[in-house]
Parts: sequence; C-alpha cells; structure tokens
Amino acid sequence: MLNLILNNENIGTHLSPGMPLLDFIRYHQHLTGTKTGCNEGDCGACTVLIGELRDNELQYRTFTSCLTPLGNVQGKHVVTIEGINMDTLTPVQQAMVDQSATQCGFCTPGFIVSLTGFCLGRQTDPIAAIDGNICRCTGYKSIERAAATVKELLVSRNEEEPIDFAVDHAIVPGYFKGIKERLELLIAVNGEHAFENAEELQMNTQLVAGGTDLYVQKPEELMEIPLNFAWNAAKDITKQDNIITLGAAVTVSDLLESPIMQAHFPELKSYIKKVSSTPIRNMATIAGNFINASPIGDFTIFFLALNTILEFNNGRILPLAELYKGYKELDRNPDEYIQRITFELPSLFHFEKVSKRTHLDIASVNTAINISVKGSIVSGVRISAGGVGPVPLLLKATMAYLTGKKINENVVAEAIQTAWKEISPISDTRGSAEYKRLLLGQLIKAHFITLKLL
Amino acid sequence: MKNIDSHTHVSGQSVYLDDIPLTQGTLFGAAYGSPVAHGIITSLHLEEALQEPGVVRIFTYKDIPGENQIGGIVPDEPLLAEHHVHFCGMPVAFVVAQTREAARAAVKKIKVTIDKLPVITDPRVSTEFIVPSRTFSMGDTSQAWEQCTAVFEGSADINGQEHLYIETQGAYAVPQENKAIRIYSSTQGPTAVQRATSRVLGLPMHQLEVAVTRLGGGFGGKEDQANTWAALCALAAWHLKKPVKYALHRMEDMAMTGKRNPYVADFKIGLDASLKIIAYEVTFFQNAGASADLSPAVMARTLFHCTNAYFIPHVKATAHCCRTHLPPNTAFRGFGGPQGMFVIEAAIALAAEKLQVAATVIQKANLIKPGEEFPYGQIAHSEAHNSWDKAAELYKLEELQQAVKTFNANNKLYKKGIACMPICFGISFTNTLMNNARALVHVYTDGSVGISTGAVEMGQGVNTKILQVAASVFSISPDKIKINPTNTYHIANTSPSAASATADLNGKATLIACNAILTRLTQVAADCFPDTTITIKNEQVLADGQPTGWDWKRLLSEAFTRRVNLSEHAHYATPEIHFDNNKEKGHPFAYHVYGTAILEVTIDCLRGIYTTDAVKVVHDFGASMNTDIDRGQIEGGIVQGIGWMTMEEVVYDKEGRLRSNALSTYKVPDIYAVPPVLEIEALQTKQDNLAIFRSKAVGEPPLMYGIGVWFALRNAILAYHPSAEIPFTTPMTPEKVLMALYSKKIMEHAKEAGYMAIDQ
Repeated sequence: MLNLILNNENIGTHLSPGMPLLDFIRYHQHLTGTKTGCNEGDCGACTVLIGELRDNELQYRTFTSCLTPLGNVQGKHVVTIEGINMDTLTPVQQAMVDQSATQCGFCTPGFIVSLTGFCLGRQTDPIAAIDGNICRCTGYKSIERAAATVKELLVSRNEEEPIDFAVDHAIVPGYFKGIKERLELLIAVNGEHAFENAEELQMNTQLVAGGTDLYVQKPEELMEIPLNFAWNAAKDITKQDNIITLGAAVTVSDLLESPIMQAHFPELKSYIKKVSSTPIRNMATIAGNFINASPIGDFTIFFLALNTILEFNNGRILPLAELYKGYKELDRNPDEYIQRITFELPSLFHFEKVSKRTHLDIASVNTAINISVKGSIVSGVRISAGGVGPVPLLLKATMAYLTGKKINENVVAEAIQTAWKEISPISDTRGSAEYKRLLLGQLIKAHFITLKLL
Repeated sequence: MKNIDSHTHVSGQSVYLDDIPLTQGTLFGAAYGSPVAHGIITSLHLEEALQEPGVVRIFTYKDIPGENQIGGIVPDEPLLAEHHVHFCGMPVAFVVAQTREAARAAVKKIKVTIDKLPVITDPRVSTEFIVPSRTFSMGDTSQAWEQCTAVFEGSADINGQEHLYIETQGAYAVPQENKAIRIYSSTQGPTAVQRATSRVLGLPMHQLEVAVTRLGGGFGGKEDQANTWAALCALAAWHLKKPVKYALHRMEDMAMTGKRNPYVADFKIGLDASLKIIAYEVTFFQNAGASADLSPAVMARTLFHCTNAYFIPHVKATAHCCRTHLPPNTAFRGFGGPQGMFVIEAAIALAAEKLQVAATVIQKANLIKPGEEFPYGQIAHSEAHNSWDKAAELYKLEELQQAVKTFNANNKLYKKGIACMPICFGISFTNTLMNNARALVHVYTDGSVGISTGAVEMGQGVNTKILQVAASVFSISPDKIKINPTNTYHIANTSPSAASATADLNGKATLIACNAILTRLTQVAADCFPDTTITIKNEQVLADGQPTGWDWKRLLSEAFTRRVNLSEHAHYATPEIHFDNNKEKGHPFAYHVYGTAILEVTIDCLRGIYTTDAVKVVHDFGASMNTDIDRGQIEGGIVQGIGWMTMEEVVYDKEGRLRSNALSTYKVPDIYAVPPVLEIEALQTKQDNLAIFRSKAVGEPPLMYGIGVWFALRNAILAYHPSAEIPFTTPMTPEKVLMALYSKKIMEHAKEAGYMAIDQ
C-alpha cells in the first residue's frame, strides 16, 4: 500500500506505483482541475505541488504530474488546485483575475499552482516559477503582471516561515500548517517507503528516479513492469578539498540551490535557466541525465567537461566519458546503478547551449569547456559537445590540439577545424547537420570570448 | 469587465470535455491512423488487436450506416479510409474498449499492409487543384510594368503552424432515447459536427444534440477538424448503444490533424520613381493537404489580403489549392490572410533592399487611403494612415530607427533590426451566407436572464461580451445574467465561432432579442404609468426619468401576470455585404480593422540567437466594449504571430511523416519568448461601423503584427552583412539566422568584420 496526503486528505492506495500521478488525480480521485496537456512535461497544465520532508523541513516544489510516478509521492503531500481553493479566491487567484491573465483557462490552474508554489518557497523570481507553464492563448504579458502582483504579496514576509506566512495571508488554506506533523506521522506509521524497495536491484526491474525521461519514453510499460524507486539514494552535495561529490538522487534544482556549486560556478544560474523548466528541474536527477544517454543531454555535456567519475552500487569506478559506447548504448550491467558522482573543481569553466526556443527546449548543440591557462598557454583543457554525434562527445583531438598552445584567433580557428573532423552530426528537427557543424564552431569561439581568453 | 469565466478558471472548476462526469458504462475510443502517407490498403488485420483485454469492438468504414464522408466544402474526405490512404495519420480504424489504456494498447496491435504510392508534400509539384484556381485583379498589370522604374521578382516559402490548443481534440457521444445522440464536442462549429455526424450515421440533424461548454483553445483548429472525433464516437455509440468518449493524446492530435496551410508564392512588384507601387502580381500555391477541409475558403482570404493595407492600382493575384499528402490543412487565426500579407511585405522588403531605401518609406507611401479600392472592389474606410502616423509619432519611429543605426555602428557582435507592420483585415466570413446568427434570451420571473447563442467560448471572451450586451440593454447587473453552453437543440444552423465575427454576429442577435423583450416590458410599464416615457435604469423603472417605485423584478412580475412573452429568439444577418464570385468583386466585409506595429529585435551574431525586444502598436479598436479582453486578445495574437514567424517550425519528412510531433519538437512561445516591451495604444475611431457597439473584432487581426518580427530579423542580419542572402522562408529560426550570417559567401566578409571580437 502506498500512502500520501492528497490536498487535505490522507490516502492509501493499492494502485500501480508506476501509474502517472496525473491519471491518479484525474481519473481515480476525480479532481479535474489538474489538466492533461502534453503528457511529456512540456506544457505545465498538469502542475502540482509536492510537499516533502527534507532535513526536518517541509519543502514544496512544483512537479509535472504527467511524468511523476505515483510511487514517487509515497509519504509526501500532493497539492492540486482543489487543495488551494478556499471559499474566496486566494490573492494569487485574485491577481490572475485582476490582470485578466486567463483566456481559455485551460493552462490557468497550472499557473496558479506554480505561483502558489512560489509563495511557499524562498525563490525571488516569480517568472522563473512559471517557466514551465505554456499558455497557448499566449497571454503572457498579463500573466507577467499577475506574477509581479504575487511577488508584492511577499514583501512583508522577511524571515517568517513561508508556509506560516502563506496560511496567515490566506494564500493557502489553514490545513497546510498541520501537514508537517501529518507527514511525520504518516512516515512513522507506514515507514518512509511502505512497499518493498530492495537495496540490490533485481534483474529486469526498472529503476525510476525523477521519471522525467522514462515517462516520456514508455509510460504504458511502466504501469506493467516491476519498478524500483530511488528513494534511498543520496541527495547531498559535498566538497572535500577540490573534489565535489553528488549523491545519485541529486536533482537539477538541488544542484542549482547548492551553495557549494554556486560558489564555484558563478554562472550556474544562467546555465541552468536554459535547461528545461522549474518543475522538470525539481524532478530530474543528474544521474538520470547520464543514464538516459541522450547525445544532447545538457548535464551530460556539462559534467563531461568536468572529468566526472561515476561510482556504481557494486563499487565499480568509471569515468563518465567512458560510459557511452554507442547510441544509447552504455558500459553498464543491468544490475548496476549510479551511487555517487564526483568531479574535480575546474579552473575556468563555461557552458553554451543553443536551441530553437531559448528556454525549455532541447539543444541543437551544447558544449562545455574546462580550461587551465598558465601564462597564456593552455596547460589543460576538456571540451564536450552534444548534438553532433551518436553519443555525448568529448572532443579529444581538439583538446590535444589546444594543449600547450597560446590562444589567439588562428589557434581557435584551427581548433574548430579539428573539432569539425571529430564530429558527425545528423539532420533532424533540431537543425541540419550543416547548421550543427557551424553552430559548434561558433560556440567554441563563444567559450573563448566569454572566458576572455580572446 | 473581467472575463465571466475567470473565477472558475483560476480555481480549476471550469469544465472542458475531459472533465465531464462520465455516464456509467462509458467506453473509450482510440483511432488507428495510417502509417503511410499515400497508398492502397491491401489488407487490414484486426485480429490481434481484438484479442487485447478490454477491447469491445473495432470499427472500420464498413460499419458506417450512412455516408463515409465528412468533407464540409468539398465531399472529398472519408471519415475512415476505405482502400486509399491519403495522409499519415488518416483514420483507418476506431478501437473501442473498456478503458483508455486498453484502447490505446489495441491500436498498437493493428496491422495494415499498404502498397505505397508516390508521396507529394510540396504544393508546387502537386498534380491536382482541389477547387478551381481563383484570380483577383484590378487595373491591368500587363500594361502597368511600363510605368514602373523598378521591377523585382521573388518567391516566398511560408511554413504552417500547429494549433497546439492545450486542450486536445475530443468528443463524448451519449446515446439518448429514440435513437438520438448527445455529443459533447470540443468544437468551434457545433453545427458542423452535427452535420457531419448526421451524414455519417444517416440520421436527421434533429436527432443529434451537440453541446459545447467551452474549449481549451481552438485558434481555428477545431473549426472543422473536430468533426472526425465526434463522428467516430457517435458511430461507435450508435452501434454499441453505450456512451463512447475519445479525448486525443497529444501525439495523436498532432499527427492526425491539419495545421495552418503552408504556402509558396511567386511575386513581381513594380514601383515608380516616387516609390509608389504601380503593379503587383502574385501566384499562391496553397498546400491544402489531402482534402479540401476549409482550404478553399482559406485560399480566398489569402487573395482578399494579398495587398494588406496598401493601395496598388494594378493587381493580379492567383491562388491554387494544391492537393498533397499531408493531413488536411485548415483554419488558423488569420485564415490565409497572414500568408497573403507576408508575401506583399516580402516584395516590399526586396524592393527596399534593392533600391537602398528603408522599407518603411515604401510602406508609408502606399498605405490605402479612404475612398481607394481594394482589388476585390470594396471601397476602403481606411484608418491605415491614421494608425501609421499615430504610431510613428507616439513611439518616435525616426528616433528609434536612428538609435538602431547608431547601435549597429557601435556593435560588431550584436545587431538590432527594426520593422513596421501595418495591417488591414476584413471582418465577415468571406462566404456571405455564413454571416448570420441567432440568440435565444429568456427572462425568468425572478429577474434572472439566460442566454443561448451559437457562439463558442474558447478564451476570446465572447460570452462576456454577449453578457455585456444584455446587461446594457436591460440595464441590470451582470450577475443576473447567465450565458448557457452552446447547444444545437437551442440554437440551430449556426456558423462556426470563427472569422473574428462571433461577438459581432451573436452579440447583435442578442441585442435584437433583448430589445424586443425590453420593448414589451416597457409597454407593460407604460400601461401602468400612462402618458409617461418609460426607461429602465440600474434595475429601476423610471417614468419621465423619475422613480416609479418599481424595480426590475416588479416589472417582470407584472409582465408575467399580463401574459407577456418574456422570451425572444432573434436572428441577425450582416447587412450591406455581398460578393460576386464570378466577377470576384463586391463588398464582402462589414468593415476592416487597421493598425500599425513597430517591432525591434536584437541578434547575437556569434550564436545566431535573437530576442524580440519591443512591439509597439497602434490598433484600431473602433470603440472597445471590453478593454480587458481586447488587450488580452491583442497581446496573445501578437505573441502567437511572433511564434509562427520565429520558432514554430512544422517539419514533415519526404515520406509525409510529421517530425515535429510533440511539444518537445514543436516549440511555441514560452514566457521568456515574449517581448519585454509590448505597448498597445488605441486608435479610437469615430467612423460608424457594423461591429457590436462599434467595438471592432479583435480575434485575428493582431496576429499579423507578429509578421513584422521576421522583417526586423532580416534587417538585423542585413546590418551585419548588407548583401547576406536571406530567402523569404519562414520561420526565421536561430538556424536560419546563423546560416544567413555565415553562409559561405559571407564568411569572407565576417573575417573582415572581425567577428571574433566581442563588444563589451
């Protein structure tokens, strides 16, 4: 049995833990305010809030319920638009009404949930909170105005606890104040993970972490097959000397919010802004991005340049660069899963990504560079490139060419020529092969220009 | 006044198709679409699919009791493929099962063998025109070229656009007694659904009740294309005598439905020394897809708007409706108008580039003036100059242009572009007979009012506007009025909610109905307060302007007692309009909407990416009756137009398979894609017009402001390299920008320009 709190109700269910949360909400709980839009986490119509106890704190994040397995909300608080509604409109709802920020209305509950989530956290940019919500009536200007009003609501909050503040200001119903205790009790009674989740994976079971890729690929299959959830996997980010270690369940949002990462990657926020959307970042794990093996995975490219080392559950150590053997083909046994990710702090680092739509899109080409320069001579360099071959690439020939060189325009031009020889892009919806070739060259230039090496 | 649905919208209580509580015993459908774009079915194997648990039955064309035909304009569209398949995704079979999951699982088990035939995706190589080609002409272009000092020829290739309403298509058919069927449909055209289903089932229309509460977006995509799903569900419900529902999965919707018609066009433009456009010839090849659908009507509007907001004395415009093997393309906000406008703007941009003048100079010199004639014979009550001049003055166009020049002179890696986009859009269905509507108004004895019309609410706020009409006529509080779901049992023979005309047509019908009731009520009061002039104001009955002590409710009570009819069904047909299809001349539009937008962009010449920085508009509202709703329509339309011109790229492969088949591969604007500056100033016009309360239609026209972003991007690229070759191909994706900036020819220039440097 799987236990959760849905809005103000404790629920136990024997339904398949592989069922998408969206279907559970709409078709089993008959809460129809959460809408089905795209079934792949790309529109935000199905956005819900997931409240989770972490380090003894109740933390709410937005999830797209279409990609969330029911199993992943075990021991958590799931909030739909119905769980936000009160007798009168909340100030978030009122702001959307006042700014005429709703046209056909189909995307609206998703926006309300995202903006309410903003009020329950400590983020400062309300627009970022709705970066995963698509409005096809394209009424974004009025939504922007509503979001600005919502931000104003929090001006007087200061250090007050966000949930208490939100209840006191009728942004969410009063029952939110009791959720933390209820979740603690729920977990105490049922265990954090109420059904079997073996430490050792059995053959033929599918490991599910965030679900953001698996539920795009094969949602029907996941309803039928045995699943293992990554509940026990570590979510911590630690630093020892100049080595950073990520637990296997670290999400993109965890990475973004990590003081360690922020300290060593000053541009982290701008890089991550270009990667998917807030709810997807809340769900997706870095390890999942590696195992997905997309040739264009943003974090695969990011971490490839960092000389990242993977540690599997059986203790085997493998450099990330050696994980990829061919298109979606990995050096990994079926019973192996990532337990730890480590990398050495870079000297100079930069990440570039270009996609058809600047945000919430898959890259046409992405690339990262990790470079050390001593007295204008390149002493060490790693350059990764995505979207230009069957696997995420490390541009080894280009790296070899650059090492020991003094950087100038001719050297960079020659490096690009070298890179062109070691890539094999194909034409697809993200661009023609010719474009990707040209674009990678431009982005390599952009690395050197942005890092002020040119 | 705020949208009357906004409270239920923000609390998630608005009901869309998939939210309707299910009747017990409801079954679920899923369509099997052809995996091949063109071919002959040699065998269809359903056996394995029928073995799937939960499958109840699989329907094919053989199960159709009436006619296997849903074509609205031309009968060329079977509901289910018989022997030929004409596009990838063409419905071949309809699985009905006990659950959604079972129906979808069974679809995957269907096997078909198809002998493939050649696939045509390019309208230029199409071998068949679906309807006879049409030509609009004025003056004599063949003689006019001699008067020109400069003549330019070119071509344009305009991509389609996926509607991507966030609520997918769907229907729910529930059998009623005496073989009637109630169909809930996510449709803009309840009557179209009723008509198509009637034909397929061989049932009279009065047996089919089509009900629509609202749509989660339509944009034209649910004007005719909702028919298929409704007819399939009704077919299954008719056979099984059980309710059948089908809400499409996103990928089914994208693969099986048509989009905005792509066009290719060849043009020739001639100007005299004073930059007056003397002659314009254009030939449009419309990519209609596999069947006519609404393409013939879309094609007509392309011709109507081929000169946009300009007066050109000699025009010859021809359009061909080309059959290809894509899903049947269809209505999309603007309905062919935007494609026609893009081509004339391309012709002007080409002329401007060759003549080394700013396009704005040519644009302004040729704006249509009041009293001048459109190529189809209608005389313009033009606001083109007024809106252009107001925009130029208000937003300081010359200063903006100078600032862009200065920026570009001082920056190597970033270039700005600016463009103006005047618009002129005709309001009315171009098929004159469709310009009529009905309203049914009931006033209840407690003073509350219920209104039914043929209008379908899909976010455009039409129900709010209709409510405003009634509240204004009766002078009662809006909360006394309810707008009922659209239903073919209440309002018959409706035109679809389309052509921006829904509020005008249904609003006017409501106005007539309310006035009729008001007249009767006033008479009741006049009988009780003889020799006075009766008015009703703020729910009070006034005699000669003085309170009578009667309120609205008292008046109704009196009227009811006197057996006065408190209901009215009214009909409105747009006056003045006519069109002669043989001469291609007439007065097809009730009025035109004008406006001018100034658009500014910045491109990153290193990466080929760009931002839309500002869109500043002067828009001809007439006299807006609801500025909240109209502003939303304009802002939304502009951004949707920008999406069409920039990132929204419909991609089919040579086999006719849709490659941009999900939200991950077809990108619509997100909140960051919206211009940071979006200013709208009203051109409040004094001229009388046929709009409801003189509040001009606002649904479609603003989309066309977005076209300007393409030309602003082009100007920015030209600022980087003045002789960059930029084909008139849409959308202008980052790929197209980068390829234009760094095409081989340009590489040499780029080196000279020192693109390796960066500006701080």
